[in-house]
Amino acid sequence: MAKKRIRIRAKMKGDVAEIKTIMSHPMETGLRENKKSGGKIPAYFIQEVICEHKGNKVLVASWGVAVSKNPYLSFKFKGGMKGDTIKISWSDNKGGSASAEANID
Amino acid sequence: MKRRTFLKGTVTSGVIGVAASAGLLAPRMVLAAWPKSAFDANTVDDAVDALLGSVNLAESGDIKIKAPDIAENGAVVPITVSTGMPAESISVFIEKNPSPLACSFAFGSETLGFVSTRVKMRKTSNLIAIVKSGGKLLSARKTVKVTIGGCGG
Repeated sequence: MAKKRIRIRAKMKGDVAEIKTIMSHPMETGLRENKKSGGKIPAYFIQEVICEHKGNKVLVASWGVAVSKNPYLSFKFKGGMKGDTIKISWSDNKGGSASAEANID
Repeated sequence: MKRRTFLKGTVTSGVIGVAASAGLLAPRMVLAAWPKSAFDANTVDDAVDALLGSVNLAESGDIKIKAPDIAENGAVVPITVSTGMPAESISVFIEKNPSPLACSFAFGSETLGFVSTRVKMRKTSNLIAIVKSGGKLLSARKTVKVTIGGCGG
């Protein structure tokens, strides 16, 4: 599947850069039951999201299972410029990870 | 050989030292390990204590929680927390969830006190947002009524 795992939209609004992102992830809580086998579906979720602007961390998120499926995240920071690169990377509890970059519009 | 290890050591500590002193990395961010004990806690107080090291909270009118009054689907509850204070971190707790700590965000020095995401809520509950600002913990809460729970129960 060539599905993009992180979508980023970055925009300057005055002197503030507004970042919106959606990550593709099932975010299983570990509490749901598998109706066929009767067992619990194991927890599978993003634990950490790091957002960087030109190599500086502007936001580090620690997440639990309570973040919704295909997580949405939005934040704002100062000091950005049009054309700057934003990098977003996540890692989950099973050792999976993904990252993506976008330029500020 | 010894000389090489010595050099390596100096270079790495030097780089971290410079980054930290330049204020690029908040101390919490350098140690950014996933706070397992805080996510494992099953009461709000335990989770707050494990995450932030204190349960000494002050209510603040300068923290806004934007969330629906009634959420029809507890699996996707949009929530936005914003504050005019210079925030070091914003953490969101959901009182009646099996693990109350939902998410925590550590900010860089240029990041505004604003974060928006979507969370799951098992049932009608208080949302508690805690902002760390200038070493103090400030909180605000909002009740969200949930008609269908979002923990698969």
